[in-house]
Amino acid sequence: MTTAEVLSPRRMAWIRRWRTVTRVWREFRRNRAGVVGLVLLVGACLLALAAPLFISEMELSVTRAPGPFVASPSWDYPLGTDKFGRSVLDLIWQGSRVSLTVGFLATFMSVFLGTVIGIASGHYRGWVESVLMRFTDWVLVLPTLVLAVSLVVVLGRGIGTIIIAIGVTAWPVTARLVRAQTLAVESRPFIERSRALGGGHWHVMSRHVLPNVMPIVLARTTLLVAATIIAESTLSFLGLGDPSLISWGSTLQEARDAGATSAGLWWWIVPPGIAIALVALAFTMVGRALEQVYNPRLRERL
Amino acid sequence: MCAGAARPGRFPGGGGYPVTDEGLRAEGVRVEFAARGRGEPARAVDGVDLHVRPGEIVALVGESGCGKTTLARTLLGLERPTEGTVTYDGSPLVYSSRALSAYRRKVQLVLQDPSGSLNPRHTVYDAVAEGLRIHGGVADERAAVADALSRAGLRPPERFFLRYPHELSGGQRQRVVIAGALVLHPSTLIADEPVASLDASVRGEILALLLRLRQDLGLSCLVVTHDLGLAWNIADRVAVMYLGRIVETGPVEKILSAPEHPYTQALLSVVPDVTGGATDPTVLGGEPPDPSRIPGGCRFHARCPVLASGAAEAAGVADRCRTVDLPILGAEDESQVACHYAERLAAEPRSQ
Amino acid sequence: MSLLEIDDLTVTYRTAGGPVPAVRGLSLDLPAGQKLGVAGESGCGKSTVALALLRLLPTTATVSGRILFEGEDVLSMTWGRLRAVRWAGASIIFQGAMHSLNAVHRIGAQIAEPILLHESVTQAEADLRVTELLTQVGLPPDRARAYPHELSGGQRQRVMIAMALACNPRLIVADEPTTALDVMVQAQILRLIEELVRDHDISLMIISHDLAVLADTCDRLAVMYAGRVVEQGPARQVFEAASHPYSAALSGAFPRIGDPASRLQPRGLAGDPPDPAELPTGCSFHPRCPSALDICSHVDPELWPAGESEAACVLVLPDQGASLAEEAIR
Repeated sequence: MTTAEVLSPRRMAWIRRWRTVTRVWREFRRNRAGVVGLVLLVGACLLALAAPLFISEMELSVTRAPGPFVASPSWDYPLGTDKFGRSVLDLIWQGSRVSLTVGFLATFMSVFLGTVIGIASGHYRGWVESVLMRFTDWVLVLPTLVLAVSLVVVLGRGIGTIIIAIGVTAWPVTARLVRAQTLAVESRPFIERSRALGGGHWHVMSRHVLPNVMPIVLARTTLLVAATIIAESTLSFLGLGDPSLISWGSTLQEARDAGATSAGLWWWIVPPGIAIALVALAFTMVGRALEQVYNPRLRERL
Repeated sequence: MCAGAARPGRFPGGGGYPVTDEGLRAEGVRVEFAARGRGEPARAVDGVDLHVRPGEIVALVGESGCGKTTLARTLLGLERPTEGTVTYDGSPLVYSSRALSAYRRKVQLVLQDPSGSLNPRHTVYDAVAEGLRIHGGVADERAAVADALSRAGLRPPERFFLRYPHELSGGQRQRVVIAGALVLHPSTLIADEPVASLDASVRGEILALLLRLRQDLGLSCLVVTHDLGLAWNIADRVAVMYLGRIVETGPVEKILSAPEHPYTQALLSVVPDVTGGATDPTVLGGEPPDPSRIPGGCRFHARCPVLASGAAEAAGVADRCRTVDLPILGAEDESQVACHYAERLAAEPRSQ
Repeated sequence: MSLLEIDDLTVTYRTAGGPVPAVRGLSLDLPAGQKLGVAGESGCGKSTVALALLRLLPTTATVSGRILFEGEDVLSMTWGRLRAVRWAGASIIFQGAMHSLNAVHRIGAQIAEPILLHESVTQAEADLRVTELLTQVGLPPDRARAYPHELSGGQRQRVMIAMALACNPRLIVADEPTTALDVMVQAQILRLIEELVRDHDISLMIISHDLAVLADTCDRLAVMYAGRVVEQGPARQVFEAASHPYSAALSGAFPRIGDPASRLQPRGLAGDPPDPAELPTGCSFHPRCPSALDICSHVDPELWPAGESEAACVLVLPDQGASLAEEAIR
């Protein structure tokens, strides 16, 4: 940093952020599993985005698919075909769009809710805390599937319903984690210093608690995405999703309904499961690596 | 008064800082904490009158559990007194968020543990600028932060802007905390064990900094500590606290060289002193009792060596020691002591 | 024969950023029945020395030199012999000991643990011993059934002392035993340690940054800086008339109450204790030394005699010595 250059506070804030990013990246790189996971994820996202370029509508159409019916894997169709003649590989590829999208959106929703409620219930005392905690506990014990089914009945089938169903039921765990972390952060002297400087509720929560809670939230998020993708697949598999959209869960459902297991059509029923498992695994590896990156930050070195 | 010590009310320099006439006062302050479950409430502060005059450094000395930290927090407005008032510059504290916010610009806090006092995710710049931003910001934030860091002894300040607390040493962190307090141009600093967590060779620098701030800026300071040597080093006056009350107060020279209260005497006698000729240290047995179970009579009588040795009996005050509580010491300048035995000795003609 | 003799001890930690020398060629001597104080601040390596005594350092540490405990080299002992020496020969009261107690076990059980490990006694005999120990450290025996969180700081420290005495060691090493305690409790604990050491004829090594406490309690003092001993000698002399500028600064940091020289004049050193990973050239103290000379950045002094003590400072040498040191550089 040159001493001659006079930096404005804004510029300094940017420099600080950039340095944080590079430092996190350097730490992250050391964890090989995390890097592998990240490569897999980036690859999956790129493939998902690129899907429409390679797959035409005809190939996915139920009525006009070109391939032979339930053919086992061959050179033309590396993962075989389903009962409509669609290439299973195309199905997986196309299905990744919905699965990943639902996974991300539902996760974002639940993390947002969980963080807000978690910080609020950890920061405020008195009746606010009690009400929020009881509410959290109540939602925590609601069974996801039952709630999802009820929501579908009310809101109708579709991707939106699934996103809402997952988002609304997955936040309590995050909220409890965030609350515990908030309590830990607020017992540290710098919170007292902030109050002594004149900081109010909003200041303490946004400037001090949130940045110290973010690492846990970030690590949780990646782990949660894995869970939501699986949840989406479950719900689609149960037939609660949009029947016109292809997702990994819906592919699994169709395969099962067509009797793929008893007929031995392994190329139809196994790949979606593997795809789900791989993406979940990749997210988990990244999440673990992030946790490792952030932990030494909070502890002092040497 | 020693040469070099600024007399309250008049200082050289000034540096544009506000000089108040009245200073910070506590009048009859009591702070009680409700007991968990059953039991008596804990009377952490049980009636204290204290006055920190402008430009004065007062040491509030006592062991853990005596209530000194609670008193400091009450003076800062972080805790509301159950009884009594905290007055600043003649006006009592109003506990609305706006009034407290304005008050915070005048009286600032320096905590014991500099590593914990700084948010590990904020840079030094952000830590110092935080106070400014809370209070609406200034036109030239950068210059204000640089000025505060320089005054706290971190030069050149630009070199520290983007550093994180874990990259600094303990002494430097404490200076950052002090800079964060200075940036608001307070007139009083309340320092809770400011050097207890620092290395021995670094302490002197931080203490010298506090003295320099007093000289250059007219900053008054209330230093809460258990270290009598620290009081000798930088304080003008010392107040000794025991179980929520001040038991002796007065100028440092007097109190630390000829204490009258048995507790102060015991504290002084156990300070390690290698120069021969030290009297046999009076090591008090046991530990200070719970603030929820304050003994009747003089609160120190259960551990008092004077009472235990029979000297109080001989002077005829033993009964009073056990049954009659002592009045709250006033906040005047001269030395005062809350002890029946000491009063009796003072009343009698000296027999050497 | 000395009870404990440390000979040219060197400890280097292997870290991600390279090797870090925590202790560099340290030699100490503790005759039986004596009390030695080791003074120093953070980063000087004193805690490393304490851990090295019983080979408690992590595997990332490379240790060389000799540590002779009752004539045997701890560093080359067999594992079985080492375990026997640990606690029964020498025990340690760790820094932050008050937080080292297991929160879910009663303290009686924790004190009994080393007894049961080292001696083949029944639980009842161990409990009897625990009661004895608690009485010796000034705690009522019924506190054996208490949990750590039910005790105060001073009481927990007494429990740690009881634990250290459990197997009748010949040497106790106390690492910062009174640092977090109030001055009155500190006095109680120090008095207790002195009594116990006297009654049981135990040798004592106290590690602390509080030079005044050490000078008051110990017979000899060794001052450490940046992994080396920079001054050692009779406690009184080192405290009152230090030859090394660092020891002088350290003793000046604890003002004598009543001394007008320290009234309103706090004395400290500029800068901070050095990072062991980045030591200055020459004498490691020279960047902070108020009396540094030019040659101090080139010459790393050894311990040279200075009256009754020894100090590692060129100022201690008579004039010819200083020029000899200069020649050594060329």
